[in-house]
Amino acid sequence: MRAVDVVGSAVANTFRSRTRTVLTVLAIFIGAFTLTITTGLGTGINRYIDQTVAEIGAEDVMTVAHQVEETTDDGPREYDPDAVAASGLGADGPVGGATIDPITDDDLATIAAIDSVESVEPLKQVAVDWVEADGGTRYEISVGSFIPGMEVVLASGEQPDAAADDPQVVIPVDFVEPLGFDSQSQAIGSDVVFGLTDATGTEQTVTAEVVGVSEAGLVGAGSSASPNTALTDALAAAQQTGSTGQAALSGSAVVRFDPAAGATATQDLKDELADAGFTATTVEDQIGAFKAVIDGIVLVLNAFAVIALLAAGFGIVNTLLMSVQERTREIGLMKAMGMGSGRVFGLFSTEATFIGFLGSAVGVLLGMAAGTAVGNALATTMFADLPGLTLIAFDPVSVASIVVLVMAIAFLAGTIPAGRAARQDPIESLRYE
Amino acid sequence: MPTPVLRAVDLHRSYGRGPTRFDALKGVDVEVHAGEALAIVGKSGSGKSTLMHLLALLDRPTSGHVDLNGAAADRLRGRELNRVRNRTFGFVFQQFFLTPSATVLENVILPLKIAGVGRTERKRRGMAVLEQLDLADKARNRARDLSGGQKQRVVIARALVNDPQVIFADEPTGNLDTATGAAVEDLLFGLNRERGITLVVVTHDDDLAARCDRRITVRDGRIEASDPAAEGRTGSDSGDAGRTAEELAA
Repeated sequence: MRAVDVVGSAVANTFRSRTRTVLTVLAIFIGAFTLTITTGLGTGINRYIDQTVAEIGAEDVMTVAHQVEETTDDGPREYDPDAVAASGLGADGPVGGATIDPITDDDLATIAAIDSVESVEPLKQVAVDWVEADGGTRYEISVGSFIPGMEVVLASGEQPDAAADDPQVVIPVDFVEPLGFDSQSQAIGSDVVFGLTDATGTEQTVTAEVVGVSEAGLVGAGSSASPNTALTDALAAAQQTGSTGQAALSGSAVVRFDPAAGATATQDLKDELADAGFTATTVEDQIGAFKAVIDGIVLVLNAFAVIALLAAGFGIVNTLLMSVQERTREIGLMKAMGMGSGRVFGLFSTEATFIGFLGSAVGVLLGMAAGTAVGNALATTMFADLPGLTLIAFDPVSVASIVVLVMAIAFLAGTIPAGRAARQDPIESLRYE
Repeated sequence: MPTPVLRAVDLHRSYGRGPTRFDALKGVDVEVHAGEALAIVGKSGSGKSTLMHLLALLDRPTSGHVDLNGAAADRLRGRELNRVRNRTFGFVFQQFFLTPSATVLENVILPLKIAGVGRTERKRRGMAVLEQLDLADKARNRARDLSGGQKQRVVIARALVNDPQVIFADEPTGNLDTATGAAVEDLLFGLNRERGITLVVVTHDDDLAARCDRRITVRDGRIEASDPAAEGRTGSDSGDAGRTAEELAA
């Protein structure tokens, strides 16, 4: 029997007892539908994270800080007057109350001496108390550490110009109206004033020009103001006014490297820094941690869907065992007429795979339709504050792999009845009443 | 004397082991000559079906051997055996074994499908056979909508479609009324006479057996002495039929 005839016969046989096939397909449909939705959830969220990656930092940059000392076994830590709060890249770095040794000039020299380090500079941390525009109400705001190469997701205006001499800032979209601007376009070009407290407790102010308005984001600069280098310097200088102690010290340094050298080279650089007593975090590491959490959740959800599919797999076993039982004589006849056991096996396992295909195709199509509808509905209601977030999104590869996965499960389920059919003795089958 | 199509030598077939062992055949020798119609008769449980299964290469003897066209069939394995069975034999069973939901044509071309014949060729040959048996107008009907006689004719069409050397018929008229049964018999013997197809009929119906050139009676796993007159007649008949077959082939 030709392969095309095996497939043709299997497909025709599938529809021989419709009710049974429909019910089995329905069971698979439920599993495939669920798997489509959960996978779509993972794709949607991860895609959104990818879109906001550029906002967190440039890919040729890693944050380097002293390794946090082990404190769990050593009892209380000795007080270090120079210790600074551990901080990472971006506005909302992982500040966990832990303190680390500051990066000194010696440290900078050490880091710069490493081969693959292209440049190193201390990361200036500024704490701003408030922002106001044109003498209006003062609002609390945080100012992110903007590194050239980062891109803020803009609602309007331009990215802060790192090379500009004048202080520039991009403010979050939420601040436009409270600061007294009628519109985003009115805000752009206007000046805002940042207030901060210097080392002596005196209030200092720095004025900057608004060059852009940023979208709210899930992570990164979306919820804080993004300064250019000139503004960061001005703020840092204001903060250090009257300082005697650690003000000149940074918690971390920014190292530039060549990402084109590949992941191995990057890892080597990290290892070298680790040997020198530093921890290095690339943007990828930061995103990676976030993605790992999302992937973990999606994995658990997918596991439930796969359990549903396994249950459906037993449905296939049951359906086909009944089918083999019913068609015992037909199988016997075909074998008597010279059909090989392999072909009989092929016939029934193809039938199982086809049932799997039917269930998964319908499940995936309806899953995508439902997911897109729900995703769009949520994007305009619950997640209206997070523009660009489509909660459930689909990419062709993962959708196709769901269909393939379901067909593989169906095939495996089909091997049990198909094996039974293939082993049947033609004489016994023909005697079967 | 020409080589017999099928020759069984000292066939033994037993089922089970030890105390439950059952000997279905206890040393059977049979020759089936090209173009003859052979009846295998016997009561149920006599071993006649077992003998037919062994001759049709559906089963393997416990000892002894079957030769097909002079070659030992027990050398055939797997794919080769399937191919030989597909090309050489046609089967007509008492219980039709048609797929009820499939059309008449689909049922008829099943052996061709198994043989791997292409779609167009399958249809052509299937329709040709159905026309011979006056079933062409039923080709698109579902098998379940046919009468008993029509079903058995479809079964014969299916047995014929591969142009077999031997047709095995197991109680071909068992499920039919007398008139329909007689029509089916006429059809089978007509094919035997006109196309030289060797016919092996398993039956317990004396009238059907009497229409065959020769009969062997199986009792308790052994061949009982045949009707000597019938035996004598067989030689010349089968010779004639053999020539007819050759003429047809030429």
